[in-house]
Amino acid sequence: MGMGLLQVGIIVIIFLLLVKPMGIYLVKVFGNEESRLGKVFGPVERVIYRIMGVREQETMGWKKYAGAVLLVNFVMLILMYIVFRIQKYLPLNPDGLDNVPPGLAFNTAVSFITNTNWQAYSGENTLSYLSQMIAITFPMFTSAATGFAIAVAFIRGLIGRQDNLGNFYVDLTRTITRVLLPLSFVVAIVLVAQGVPQTLLGAVHATTLDGAGQTITRGLVASFESIKHLGTNGGGWFGTNAAHPFENPTPLSNVVHMVCMMLLPTALVYAFGLWVKDKRQGWALFTAMGLIFLVMLATVLYSEYRGVPAVQALGVQGNMEGKEVRLGASESALFTTVTTAATTGSVNNMHESLTPLGGFVPLAQMMLNNVFGGKGVGLLNGLLYLILSVFICGLMVGRTPEFLGKKIEGREVKLAAVAILIHPLIILAPTALALALPGSTASIANPGMHGLSEVLYAFASGAANNGSAFAGLGANTVFYNVAIGLVMLAGRYISIIMMLAIAGSLAVKRVVPVTSGTLRTNTPLFTGILIMIIVVIGALTFFPALVLGPIAEHMAAL
Amino acid sequence: MLKSVTIAIRLSLVLMLICGVIYPLVTTGVAQAVFHDKANGSLVESGGKVIGSELLGQKFDSPQWFHSRPSAGDYDATASTGSNRAVASSEYAKEMKEKIASLYKENPGLQSVPADLVTASGSGLDPDLSPEGAKAQIPRVSKETGISEQQLNRLIDDHTTGRQLGVFGEPRVNVLGLNQALLSEMK
Repeated sequence: MGMGLLQVGIIVIIFLLLVKPMGIYLVKVFGNEESRLGKVFGPVERVIYRIMGVREQETMGWKKYAGAVLLVNFVMLILMYIVFRIQKYLPLNPDGLDNVPPGLAFNTAVSFITNTNWQAYSGENTLSYLSQMIAITFPMFTSAATGFAIAVAFIRGLIGRQDNLGNFYVDLTRTITRVLLPLSFVVAIVLVAQGVPQTLLGAVHATTLDGAGQTITRGLVASFESIKHLGTNGGGWFGTNAAHPFENPTPLSNVVHMVCMMLLPTALVYAFGLWVKDKRQGWALFTAMGLIFLVMLATVLYSEYRGVPAVQALGVQGNMEGKEVRLGASESALFTTVTTAATTGSVNNMHESLTPLGGFVPLAQMMLNNVFGGKGVGLLNGLLYLILSVFICGLMVGRTPEFLGKKIEGREVKLAAVAILIHPLIILAPTALALALPGSTASIANPGMHGLSEVLYAFASGAANNGSAFAGLGANTVFYNVAIGLVMLAGRYISIIMMLAIAGSLAVKRVVPVTSGTLRTNTPLFTGILIMIIVVIGALTFFPALVLGPIAEHMAAL
Repeated sequence: MLKSVTIAIRLSLVLMLICGVIYPLVTTGVAQAVFHDKANGSLVESGGKVIGSELLGQKFDSPQWFHSRPSAGDYDATASTGSNRAVASSEYAKEMKEKIASLYKENPGLQSVPADLVTASGSGLDPDLSPEGAKAQIPRVSKETGISEQQLNRLIDDHTTGRQLGVFGEPRVNVLGLNQALLSEMK
């Protein structure tokens, strides 16, 4: 346990050390001033814009920005769907895999365009190398960059003077050329050095020492893994994701994966502070998220080391079911916390086989959906709760609430409320539906309370655009493919549209001067209020469902 | 509107080419040039034939081998899977009891139960055992192969990889490597 805590501590410190430099870099990437970065990347980007037909100087109001986001995402979705449906006829299919059936192709295309990476399939026996490249690796870049672009646009609205949120095409391209591509390449090479395959060769047949056969599937795994984590995507090349030794061969590759997941979501919160010229505001939000993260981490660490009492009584220490020896309990627990905080959704251990309290943590983090969160959208969800907190505090002291000098009024609060309420709605309603229909309950692998958690986890994962699973659930059915597909779309685009609308509405507001009566939102007191509001809203909405699932299971196992 | 649609299509195709074709292929080129064996799956060969991958666990059935961990996918590398059991259920506890009983039967003289020997791994392809998990099998392997327990103990120690950089992960023994060494001891 001592060594476990030590390594978890060291990794968390690495997360923290990278926040500032990466945050500073991000601000430079999206700044308009002529910088050295512009000199390095500018020429290449200008060529790309010319081929795309994009005018770099064009700016967009919130409606135009939102329209561009939706249209580009829609076109990509169609392209991906087509690739899955005809992969048999396309090149780079060394293992001779068949076309993907329609329901599964829809679910998978939606899953990757929304940055969810929910997988109703196992990559090694469903997708050709070409599909993995141009219909999985490709949207891993663009969905992450889309989230990023929207966060940047929102901040422009917060600090702007007119409805000008920037240029979506430029924000999207810059995120890829200046952040994601260079980092992904370097990380991919590091991963290959640890043993992650990167090859165009197909499966190889081996005759094992004991005389049996083993067919070893491989592929372009390293270039896939790096963007999967940098972009908080989370889908696996192989069915068992980062538990698979080819995706995650050593403890060090595991550390690299976790650092990649946390790097951009945490840095973006700091960058936000720099942008609005109020670093303390950035840290206030960071602290609120960080404290929730630590409590969650401690919970899952403790319960996985402890295991379940009935098994412990048989003399087995800790819970190793669904875990890998090289990673052990501590790096598995940390990975679980990180992957559901940063809404990546990759797993290095089977979440279905976590102890009840251990499984409670990823579920709860996806329900809160703002503990650092996915690329861009995590910051936005944090800011949503912040706006709500400002509003509630304003009501308590009887003043019109303000945030960064902009008055928060009826329209913004209504939009924020829709964005916050849609999340529980699209988790709880389809869960109830799935439990009521006889056909969909047949997919449940483990009976009773754990079975409820399986279904709840699936829709929470879809709604939070996380993508991890209680993998026992047989989710490759028409019902789950379509239902989770729709939940992923709603979870992604409704809140994005609401946020851009809020940005457009804030952008045109006059800045009111700070007075002694202004509620200060960058103090420890406000951080405390923010945590409280996140927890209270989260608990009020999801507590009944959690009580029936993991909490009841925990109590019963005591 | 039409202009936006054209831009969306052109942009998507350009980014698909950059992120989906150029990037993975360039990475492949560099990886193949610099880390050729690792980039191709760390394959282990013996007598010119591929006998497995250093990174993937395989199944060892006969009693003379050190056995790998239980695998939900029976070490099928084309369909990796975990057991996805609910560990707090009473069926799981019952099953554990049976597994532990058969572990004691297979390995007489066992002092305590190494957790990795009675639980299925996440991938179903875990290549490693904990050092305790390997040492628990010494009496059986010694009886079957005639190699002394002391010698097997030393063999396991030689094949134990410590924590990476001294801190990360857990100490572990690669089962394929260990059994290869065992094979050469037997000859």
